[in-house]
Amino acid sequence: MNEQALIRLSGITKTYGSGQAAFQALKGIDLAIDAGDFVAIMGPSGSGKSTAMNVLGCLDTPTSGSYEFEGVRVEQLSRNERALLRRNYLGFVFQGFNLLARTTALENVELPLIYRGEPAASRHAAARAALAEVGLAGWEHHTPGELSGGQQQRVAIARAIVTRPVVLLADEPTGNLDTRTGEEIMELIRALNRDQGITVLMVTHEPEMAAYARRVVRFLDGRVDSDRRNGEDA
Amino acid sequence: MLWNTLLLALRSIRRNLLRSFLTILGIVIGVAAVITMVTLGKGATQSVSDQISSMGSNLLLVRPGQRFGPGAEAAPNFKLADVEAIRNQITVAEAVAPVVSKSVTAVYQARNWSTVVSGSSNDYFQAGNWEFAAGRSFSETEERAGKAVCVIGETVREKLFGGQSPVGSEIRIKQFSCEVIGLLKPKGQSAMGSDQDDTVVMPLRTVQRRLSGTQDVNRLTVSVREGASIDAAKEQLNLLLRERRNIGDNEEDDFRVMDTRQIAETLTSTTKILTMLLGAVAAVSLLVGGIGIMNIMLVSVTERTREIGIRLAIGALEREVLLQFLIEAVVLASLGGIIGIALATGASIALAGLMSIPYLFDPAINLLSFLFSAAIGVIFGYFPARRAASLNPIDALRHE
Repeated sequence: MNEQALIRLSGITKTYGSGQAAFQALKGIDLAIDAGDFVAIMGPSGSGKSTAMNVLGCLDTPTSGSYEFEGVRVEQLSRNERALLRRNYLGFVFQGFNLLARTTALENVELPLIYRGEPAASRHAAARAALAEVGLAGWEHHTPGELSGGQQQRVAIARAIVTRPVVLLADEPTGNLDTRTGEEIMELIRALNRDQGITVLMVTHEPEMAAYARRVVRFLDGRVDSDRRNGEDA
Repeated sequence: MLWNTLLLALRSIRRNLLRSFLTILGIVIGVAAVITMVTLGKGATQSVSDQISSMGSNLLLVRPGQRFGPGAEAAPNFKLADVEAIRNQITVAEAVAPVVSKSVTAVYQARNWSTVVSGSSNDYFQAGNWEFAAGRSFSETEERAGKAVCVIGETVREKLFGGQSPVGSEIRIKQFSCEVIGLLKPKGQSAMGSDQDDTVVMPLRTVQRRLSGTQDVNRLTVSVREGASIDAAKEQLNLLLRERRNIGDNEEDDFRVMDTRQIAETLTSTTKILTMLLGAVAAVSLLVGGIGIMNIMLVSVTERTREIGIRLAIGALEREVLLQFLIEAVVLASLGGIIGIALATGASIALAGLMSIPYLFDPAINLLSFLFSAAIGVIFGYFPARRAASLNPIDALRHE
C-alpha cells in the first residue's frame, strides 16, 4: 500500500442496534485509496458496500476504527468539521438523485456554492459552466419534475462537481436509469476522473458499470472479499 | 452567512407556494378571528354604555304595576296631582315629567308613518337628556292651553319630510293638524333595542284632550339631582306614592319604580357575558388556526427531512439549516400576522358599521393574537427541523 494514500480506512466497523438485535454491517475494513483513482465497490445486498460508502462520505460515523482523509483523522472531527469536509472536498451522486423539488437545475447546482459563500456572479457562472459540462446547457431553468431521469442525474453530477471536489462519491448512480442512459452517465463520470483527476468512489452491483472503473473492490458479509485492478486476471 | 441563508429561506418559501399559503392561511384565520370578535365585543359594550348615558344615568321610571290574586284588576294610572305632589315633596327630584303615550299615524302630504305620541312637559326633554337640532321646546302658553304643537324625532322627520326641514310645517295626527316647532337630535337605539328617535312629543294637555280623552298619566319620569342618592329618592317616591294610592301596610305596591342604573347594570353584565362568549369563540378559532399550521408543518416534515439530508450532504452546517428554517417560519408567521391584522381591521370596521356600533382599535389584542399565532408558526416550523437537522445526514436522506 502507498504511504501517501488520499484515503485510508483501518479496522472500520459499523454496528446497528445493540444487544441481541445488534447487527454488524462492517466487520473491520482496511482500505487505502490513492488520489486520482476510480474505484468501484461491488458486492451483494447486505454486504456492507453502501455502509462503507456512507462512512467514506462522512454521511455516517463508524462504530470503531480509524479513517484518515489526507492525513486527517476524520473520526475525531466534530459534526461541523465533517460538514466542512463534505463542503470543501466531497461531491455526492445518489441513486435517487436527491435534487431539491420544484427548484430549477441552476439553483440546485448553485446550492453548494451558496453554502461556501461564493458571491452571486461567480456562483451563477460556475453553475452554468457545470451544467454545460454535463451536457445540460439550455436546461438551466427546468425543475427536476420537467427533466428525464438521465437529465436529473446529470444535474446531480453538476451539483457534485461545481465545487471542484477532490473525491466524487457515487452510490448506485445508474440504479434508476435504463442501460443506455446509464452508460452515458458512466462515460461522463469516467471523463471527470480521466480529464480532471477527480478521485471517484462508486458503489454498484452491475458488472457492466464496474467495468468503467480502474479498480474493483468486492465486499462480502462486511469484509473486503477481493481487490483487483481492471485488466488484471481475476 | 445570514444573507445567504435569507436567500435560501425566501427561495424555499417561493418554491413551495401551496405550503406557504396554507401556513399563512392558518395564521391569518386565527389572528383575524380573534381580533375581529374582540373588537366587535368591545364596540358593542361601548355602544351599550353610550346608550345608557344617552338615557340619563339618574332617572327613575315610574309605571303602574299589576296586582295579582283574586279579583285582580289593572292598577290605576297616575293623576296630575301625583305629579304636583312629587314636585313639592321630593326635594331631590330635579325634573318630573308626566308622560301619556299613544300610538298614532302621522301624515304629511302624501306620506304617513306609524309612531308613538308622548304628551309631556318641557321636563321631558331635560329628564331624557334630549337636545334640540332645530326649533324650540314648548312655551308656557302652549303647555297650559294644550296647543296643537309638536317636537319630532329624527326618524319621524326622515320618514315624513325626507330631506326637507320640518320646523314650521304642519303634520296631521288623527283628526287634527299640529305644527312642528322643534326637531330633536338623534339618540339612536335605546338600550332595549327600540328606536328612540321614532317619537313625537306634544304638550301633555294636548294629548289628554285630543287623543287619550282622560286626565290620567301613563308613567312618570323623575330625574334626580346630581350627587343625590338615587336609592333615597326611590325610597321617598315609594312612600309618597303608597300613601297617595291608599295602599295598606300589608299590601303590595301597585306601581313599579325602576332606576336607570339598574337597567344599566343588567345590560352591562349582559354585554360582558357576550364579549366573553365571543372571546371564547375567537380562542377556538385561534386554536383551529394553530392546528392547521401544525398539520401543514408536520405533514411536510418527511419531505423537509429529506431536504435537510440533501443540504447536510452537500456541506451545509446544522446551524445554517436551522437558521434557514427559523427565517422561513418567522417570515411566514409575520406575513400571516400582518395579513390577519389587516383583514381583521377591514372586517371589524365593516361589521361595526353594519351593526352601528363604534369601531375601537385595541392594540393589546392585536399584539397578543399576532404573537400567539407567530409562536405557533415558529414552534411547529422550527422544532421538527431541529430534530431532522440533528440526524446523521444519511438517516435524514433515507427518511420515509
